[in-house]
Amino acid sequence: MGEFMRILTYAEAVREAVREEMRVNPKVFIAGEDIGIYGGAQKVTKGLYEEFGAERVIDTPISEAAIVGLGIGAALMGMKPIVEIMYMDFLPIALEQIINHAAKIRFMSGGELKVPLTIRTQYSLGRAHGAQHSQFFPSILLNIPGIIIVLPSTPYDAYGLMKTAIKGENPVVYVECCLLYHRVKGEIPDQEYTIPFGKADVKRAGNDVTIVAVSRMVHEALEAAKKLEEENVSVEVVDPRTIQPLDIKTITESVKKTNRVVIASDDCVFGGIGAEIAASIQEHVFSYLDAEIIRVGAPNTPVPFSPQLEKKYMPGREDIVKAVRRVMYLDR
Amino acid sequence: MSIIEVSSTGLDEFKDIGRDRILGMFRDMLRIRFFEERVEELFLVRGLLVGPAHLYFGQEAIAVGVCSSINPDDVVLSNHRGHGHALAKGIPAKYVMAELFGKATGTCKGLGGSMHVCMYPKLGALYSSAIVGSNIPIAVGVGFALRNTGRIAVCFFGDGAVNTGAFHEGLNMASYLKVPVIFVCENNQYAISMKASRGIAARSIAERVSYSYNMLCYVVDGNDVLSVYKASLEASSRVRGGMGPVFLECRTYRLKGHGVYDKAEYRDKSEYAEWAEKDPIALLKNRLLQSNMLSPREISDLEDEVRREIDEAELFAQNSQVLEFSELYSFVYG
Repeated sequence: MGEFMRILTYAEAVREAVREEMRVNPKVFIAGEDIGIYGGAQKVTKGLYEEFGAERVIDTPISEAAIVGLGIGAALMGMKPIVEIMYMDFLPIALEQIINHAAKIRFMSGGELKVPLTIRTQYSLGRAHGAQHSQFFPSILLNIPGIIIVLPSTPYDAYGLMKTAIKGENPVVYVECCLLYHRVKGEIPDQEYTIPFGKADVKRAGNDVTIVAVSRMVHEALEAAKKLEEENVSVEVVDPRTIQPLDIKTITESVKKTNRVVIASDDCVFGGIGAEIAASIQEHVFSYLDAEIIRVGAPNTPVPFSPQLEKKYMPGREDIVKAVRRVMYLDR
Repeated sequence: MSIIEVSSTGLDEFKDIGRDRILGMFRDMLRIRFFEERVEELFLVRGLLVGPAHLYFGQEAIAVGVCSSINPDDVVLSNHRGHGHALAKGIPAKYVMAELFGKATGTCKGLGGSMHVCMYPKLGALYSSAIVGSNIPIAVGVGFALRNTGRIAVCFFGDGAVNTGAFHEGLNMASYLKVPVIFVCENNQYAISMKASRGIAARSIAERVSYSYNMLCYVVDGNDVLSVYKASLEASSRVRGGMGPVFLECRTYRLKGHGVYDKAEYRDKSEYAEWAEKDPIALLKNRLLQSNMLSPREISDLEDEVRREIDEAELFAQNSQVLEFSELYSFVYG
């Protein structure tokens, strides 16, 4: 880690990683809807058009499948495309390209071809954007070998994981969280660094309960941990950072120590990423578990628009606290 | 943008194109035909091949005409009906056959199968999509990477692809980005059982593309290899010159069913008979005989030679090994 640090927001950290790679590698380009002069719907690509021009910052028509197809084709020819899908809700339009092509080409070519493509998207849960502009469903890609799924929670991770995505040679779906963009700030070393995929980060060390949390819920878990500390419950927060590949080793090491697990994520609990994590934990360290594994997440309905209802819909620190008390047998 | 019609050319055209090139195309078309005859036999008579296979009978002039008009380092994207594209791009028949047998020596090491045989990057056979229409947006990206390099991409698909979202998104994006891509629609009249004239609401495919995407279109007699060659050569020089993508609608006919097991009973017998008269290989063969470019004896010698090549391809495929299962894991991530 470098001697000098800078304070960046989550959005700025993503942008910095992209900007730096564009500066050093002429093969890197970005494409997506309104990412140019408009700076991106969430302003993540702001300033890149001015610096790199229309040749490398490509505003596209509203054609998600063609945006991803453009990225796949360019990647096959040795370029390093970063394409943006404005909302995760729009990702299904491009899923065919991702699932049938990006994820399969390396395999079907017997390793002859590679698809070094980064697909950036974001979820806007908590912004009163309704059922079609708020969804977070990373688990739909979890069943597709060949795709990397990145869920950064902090500016530090966002930068390092984006660097790895761009420098690597795999198709990556990099899901940002809109609520974190401009609210979360963090220290980033001045010197370049990368964070390998499949390496979880212990965001807080503790002894009594392991909370496996991703993206926005990492912050909720950290808040819950503070509250629980007052009740003399020592919480460890593990952030997998990528769920494909999943660093089950770091998670199970933590579970061996705490013997209790809560999983927290913004997606619907039913069929969500917590299901895979819970199943993997019990396969590896069943005998260490002193309580059931509880998943904290969204209920099994679409996201409601009404801000009052959405607030109730969203999982948060209180839900995590409750779940921790339960696995600690404090409320029964 | 205009629509240019290129129909069956007379014997005069032979002079322009040159004897060696014409004979090369004849040999390439024979190779595809004999290869497909062998594949059909391996499925239906000898029962040695399994899975789907979409044969290229009747469409040989398109793959050969197009691939003969482009450079070896130009890039081809294929589809589920890709045996012809693979052979026309110069992939040795033995590697294509080995892929059909699922062997490690196949173009995809046995991991792709019939619908992906046209994947041999070192010869410019980049990728085959088994999802109808989905290679079109990918071709746009390939073209994007090839801008200002002097190289171009060619994307093959059928009339069925014309109604997919990927087609519309892809062609619009192609025109928007002015990518050096020739889009080759092999209008063989049927998407499985759906007749193109029923399923496509536009008056013609070329008309849809010309108006909707402002793309220069050629409507080509897809059974005449010389017409295809001529149109594709013109298209490639335009595309190579940075003038944006060009669309070829090659009108042809699928002489067999959709897949190897399909008897195509939904088709009219007289319609079939009419097109069978226009068999692209018979058409070229007659021209070669009429112009005394080849004697009957020379033609039969050539046919024997190509058949031996197919025999060798089958032998190679049969004698090849299957990949170790454990190797699968090394091809998922890099």
